[in-house]
Amino acid sequence: MMATISCILKTTHKIFLAFLLTLAVTFGTQAQDSEQAEIATKGVEPGSTEGAETGSADPAIIDAGAALFKNNCAVCHSAGSDVIVGPGLKGVTKARSESWLISWIKNSQALIQSGDEHAVAIYNEYNKQAMPSFAFSDDEIKSILAYVDAQANVAAATPTTVAGPEGATPGENVGTDAIGAVGGYLDIILVVLIVVLIVLVVTLLLISSLLKNYLNKNRELAEDDREIVNQRFDFSKIYKSKAVRTLVLLIFVVVLLDLSLDKVMGIGIQQGYAPKQPIAFSHKLHAGEHQIDCNYCHSTVYESKSASIPSANICMNCHSQIKKESPEIQKIYKAIERNKPIEWVRIHNLPDLSYFNHSQHTQVGGVECQTCHGPIEEMDVVYQYSPLTMGWCIDCHRETPLNTQGNAYYDNLVKLHESSSKGAFTVASNGGTECSKCHY
Amino acid sequence: MQDRIKYWKGIEELENTPEFAKHAHNEFPEFLPVGEGSGQETSGSGKTHRRDFLKLLGFSVAAVSLASCEAPVRKAIPYLNKPVDVEPGTANWYASTYYLNGDYNSILVKTREARPIKIEPNPTSALTPIGTSARAQAAVLSVYDNNRLRTPLLKGKEATWEQVDKEIASRLGSVSGKVAIVSSTVISPSTKQLINEFGSRFGNFEHVVYDATSSSALLSANNGVVPGYDFSKANIIVSINADFLGTWLAPVIFSKQYITNRKLSADKKDMSRHYQFETIMSLTGANADIRVPIKPSQEHAVVSALYSAITGGGAAGSVEGIDSKALANAVKDLKANSGKALVVSGSNDPSVQAMVAAINNSLGANGSTIDAATPYFVKQGNDAQMIRLINEMNNGSVGAVFFYNANPAYDHPLADKIASGLKKVGLKVTFAERLDETAALADIVAPDHNFLESWNDYEPKKGYISLAQPVLSPIFTTRQMQDSLLTWSGNSTSYYEYIRNNWRKVLTGDFNKAWEQAVHDGVLQNGSSMLAVSNTFTPATIGASNVKAAAGAIEAVLYEKVAIGSGVEANNPWLQEMADPISKATWGNYVAMPRKMAEEMKLEQGTVVKVTLANNSVIELPVLVQPGQAQGTVGIAMGYGRTTDSMPVAKGLGANAFPIATVANNSISYTSPVKIEKTNATSEIAQMQTHHTIMDRLVVQENTLAKYKENPKDVTEYIRIATHEGPAKPATISLWDDYEYKNHHWGMVIDLNSCIGCGACTISCQAENNIPVVGKAEVLMRREMHWMRIDRYYSAVEHEAKDYETMEDPAENPSVIFQPMLCQHCNHAPCETVCPVAATMHSSEGINQMAYNRCVGTRYCANNCPYKVRRFNWFAYSNNDKFDYTMNNDLAKFVLNPDVTVRGRGVMEKCSFCVQRVQLGKLEAKRENRRPKDGEIVTACAQSCPTEAIVFGDMLDKESRISKVLAHEKGERAFHVLEELNVQPNVTYLTKIRNLA
Repeated sequence: MMATISCILKTTHKIFLAFLLTLAVTFGTQAQDSEQAEIATKGVEPGSTEGAETGSADPAIIDAGAALFKNNCAVCHSAGSDVIVGPGLKGVTKARSESWLISWIKNSQALIQSGDEHAVAIYNEYNKQAMPSFAFSDDEIKSILAYVDAQANVAAATPTTVAGPEGATPGENVGTDAIGAVGGYLDIILVVLIVVLIVLVVTLLLISSLLKNYLNKNRELAEDDREIVNQRFDFSKIYKSKAVRTLVLLIFVVVLLDLSLDKVMGIGIQQGYAPKQPIAFSHKLHAGEHQIDCNYCHSTVYESKSASIPSANICMNCHSQIKKESPEIQKIYKAIERNKPIEWVRIHNLPDLSYFNHSQHTQVGGVECQTCHGPIEEMDVVYQYSPLTMGWCIDCHRETPLNTQGNAYYDNLVKLHESSSKGAFTVASNGGTECSKCHY
Repeated sequence: MQDRIKYWKGIEELENTPEFAKHAHNEFPEFLPVGEGSGQETSGSGKTHRRDFLKLLGFSVAAVSLASCEAPVRKAIPYLNKPVDVEPGTANWYASTYYLNGDYNSILVKTREARPIKIEPNPTSALTPIGTSARAQAAVLSVYDNNRLRTPLLKGKEATWEQVDKEIASRLGSVSGKVAIVSSTVISPSTKQLINEFGSRFGNFEHVVYDATSSSALLSANNGVVPGYDFSKANIIVSINADFLGTWLAPVIFSKQYITNRKLSADKKDMSRHYQFETIMSLTGANADIRVPIKPSQEHAVVSALYSAITGGGAAGSVEGIDSKALANAVKDLKANSGKALVVSGSNDPSVQAMVAAINNSLGANGSTIDAATPYFVKQGNDAQMIRLINEMNNGSVGAVFFYNANPAYDHPLADKIASGLKKVGLKVTFAERLDETAALADIVAPDHNFLESWNDYEPKKGYISLAQPVLSPIFTTRQMQDSLLTWSGNSTSYYEYIRNNWRKVLTGDFNKAWEQAVHDGVLQNGSSMLAVSNTFTPATIGASNVKAAAGAIEAVLYEKVAIGSGVEANNPWLQEMADPISKATWGNYVAMPRKMAEEMKLEQGTVVKVTLANNSVIELPVLVQPGQAQGTVGIAMGYGRTTDSMPVAKGLGANAFPIATVANNSISYTSPVKIEKTNATSEIAQMQTHHTIMDRLVVQENTLAKYKENPKDVTEYIRIATHEGPAKPATISLWDDYEYKNHHWGMVIDLNSCIGCGACTISCQAENNIPVVGKAEVLMRREMHWMRIDRYYSAVEHEAKDYETMEDPAENPSVIFQPMLCQHCNHAPCETVCPVAATMHSSEGINQMAYNRCVGTRYCANNCPYKVRRFNWFAYSNNDKFDYTMNNDLAKFVLNPDVTVRGRGVMEKCSFCVQRVQLGKLEAKRENRRPKDGEIVTACAQSCPTEAIVFGDMLDKESRISKVLAHEKGERAFHVLEELNVQPNVTYLTKIRNLA
């Protein structure tokens, strides 16, 4: 008899175990979700533009050319074959002589005035829009051209990487796909397990009822035994059991605490905040596809506390020519006509009590925009990528080595640090976690 | 070592009154008016009931959970068309000029996103390169005054400028009689020229200049200009009632000159000697080496005695009731320093000024301590001219009168006659920025821009021209006075063009380039002069005194307060809450009375007395017992007793004392006999003096020049701790580990010998660090928020020769010493160890940091601070209608420094060593790949000090100024306050040296 009872008890026990297992598995998947997110983060190597070995030109010259190109040319020209404002520059060094290009870049109008055949042709082809003159030295122009060539070679060498973000190859998602597959597999096991358990319970119940019937009919039983055999499972006993009650209460309290702590800690954290903006501006298009340098629009990001939201006149640098009819761009025109500035919705809201300075991080620290703002070049609608909590700031300050290279401010400090400590010279080791660095 | 000097902050400390003793032991009054205004106090208990508490609790929980549901949507609004030179988040600086009633400052205005937030001295200026006055510091708040007029007024009703222009044109076309422009001193060459051009179209025109604090007598004795005083060249300075460091003529210029010859350094071991004969205890008197109290009726006699002794060659005569020894010493010193001496007088008695001019002449001051070629133009008011105009108005012979920077219906002794005379004037126009007392009587108010919204030029001293440029676009629909005049003269050029054209006379080379440079520098100091000043004065002659001593009567003196001046800026809450350098009183005026008189009349501090003035008007003011006030005299400050609604901050404070000034023989005398009667009322004076007292410990140190010359190592007392190995430096016995500073170690040196106590630093600190104004009631509760205060200690002159009989009573003529007190940024800070939440801690650069958002308000830190420099936010001072001063309306909030947090209720705050400036300075250096240069990073107080008493810098940088000063002064004058506590402050003081006779 005892066996039966223990069997029933075991059944309930098993159901409870199954419950626990289910819980564990769901939490497990959650944990994996966050892991996934982490992998996704790490996957985006900010500012990684390493190209394959290209051409014969000196990489230093190409680098210099790249910087010049990004700051001066990229607004109107792509290094590929896309037309932005002016023509794409792929292959331009083959189509025109170097001396022609130099005189064109230095003063295109003069070249047109002189009646140069190619110059007039290209001028007319692009709606007689003059290219501004640039006061570059010949060497600088050569470095830009070297960069353009290099880009063309890169494109030729690895054609797949030139494709836009939409054309991302399936292989890129290996990590996440794998985790997805593992997740599916677990689900199946779980379902099978539950089915097995249900079958087991039903079987056991059947067996127990069979046994009971057999005992009642075929055996003479003592009164006591009969009582035990016919005893019905008393649920009120579980309900009244102190241990169960305590356990349930405990679980309830723990879950509640966990949930409320989670919520409370999350108050004011707007990670993922992606409000609708008055104009559907796409960073994916501008920063991603057209590769316009962040600094072109957020013009004070290297100089000031604030990166600054571009004023309408910066939009007009290009949009006085491009896509004038788009209803979104018409909104800018209307704002200018009505003399009413555009009211963007602020996404990154640091509390008043903390001081943050962009130039400290970008220019002095050499931190890439994406480190804090995430894959901005892939965002159609910008969202808050980082939590912007103090813990997040401090973590970074503790781990990030100071950008001391070539900065005379740090020379002596680096020496002092090296003489006294073996660890990296991080922001924190230079006082970067002290209260008054951000709170005053 | 000499006998310890006994220092005291006020009479109550000297006498140790029960009230004082109670406050000394209880830094924070605990009373909190909770429930006040909620209608609950009718129950009488003032306690919150349980049900109310539960209701509130329930409501707050509901409110909090509702509020946390969704974060508010915030907007980011960029420019439509960004100006090239404005970058959001970075400050722009513009050179400009502040000038008001003689207080001239060449300034730099710091703007953020095109709004001014701070004023600093312009180092390019030759006159005021190192500091400003407190008033100039506060001027940045005045531009955001909500009570300025928003539109012009036509017969009291709002109007447009077109309507005003039409009205003026038609009224001026048919004007009969004299047309007059009444103004305070105009030192703008272009404005002066414009006024004359405007007047040239009328047959009978006069530009009448008067000053609320007149210098007519001085001008009449010196060919219509202020002599080119140079205090820096004087070894002996004798001043008779001239408060040249506080309010007289051009105090900031004079302070810099004065201190040049008072500073001691490695290669300068000598300093000037300064005698002061005065009635009230002025800022200048407080700095004098020898101060002698005199009655106004004795002034003439004292100057006569000096005059006859210096020019006559005889010995100094004696004046009855005056310390004859001091007078004799002054004469002896003056004679011995012929050519290096200077005598100045603040008197408005032509006879006195004529004698002073003769004395200076005889001392050979001309060409040395007075440069005749470069006189000052800061005061040009002619009393006689103004009095004549008032008579003409009353005769009905004036057809139109314009008031520019003038409010004579309030600040002229004949205000009543002006009010009656104005009724007979056909057209009354004022350019007042608000509806002041005179504007209330005018037909048309054509409000002028604030000076920060205007173009202008200035010439305070011959050959020193400066420019003012607008730093923000006009906030209200106001128009610059000069543009109004141009419009009304039918001239279509703007005043900007007008000034430019005018400057073609003085700029050489390519004009556009030179003009750009002049606007950039803010000053032009190539010796060329533009201002034409004509001498309209009858030359002063030596004669009898115009001050009549009525036998037995109390002589009252009308004086100017350092902060409030003649009352033009009385609506500025920063200035109202600035502690008077001497009395430490805020928010109102009072009857400053010598202790003996108060005892005789059985008056106590705060007792209200009835003062019957010369014109039989009666004012009621509380008594303030003022040590050093001359016997038989009282002093009452001008600028108070405002009744106009356009000055809500000043309204109802104190009483109008201008009727003390009387007119006789076409000149104004600022003293007259008064009757004083006791009343039963009391009115507490909101003084800051004994708040945060230091309980008779050795905190200030002083010594004599003789001793310093003898042995500089013997002038400062260093406290040693007795150990079994003999006396030891407190720093050598320590429980604490020392901090290691690798990068920077910020420190400050404050030279007590240079500090004149003017208070500019306190207002500069307030502007820089968003310090709230708390109002009179809270100051009375000892809850002012100033991070920096200037402690003023009196001491009896015990260490001097004991034969000064008059100095038996320590309160009769005490010595004064000033000590700026701020967070000492201790290396072993007592506050840091007691904070239960680590909200205050030490930085790796030596700064004692305060994290407001971590503070829970236990106030342990303040209780443990031996310097009493921590301030607690008892209330929310922003967005609170009960503190309607600087942070309660959108306009005034523009003045807030966006780099500094506005603190909330319940947190502690204190001096941060302007950490926002330190951080910015380091960032600038890092961005340019270099170390910060010395002098690049300065605190607000150090930058605004007109005497360079405060030096801030990196003590790890061996080449910095602070390191050099410390290296030189170590063991000589350098000391730490309360060194025996071994808290090791990063602020070092230098002993004050007095050049006693």
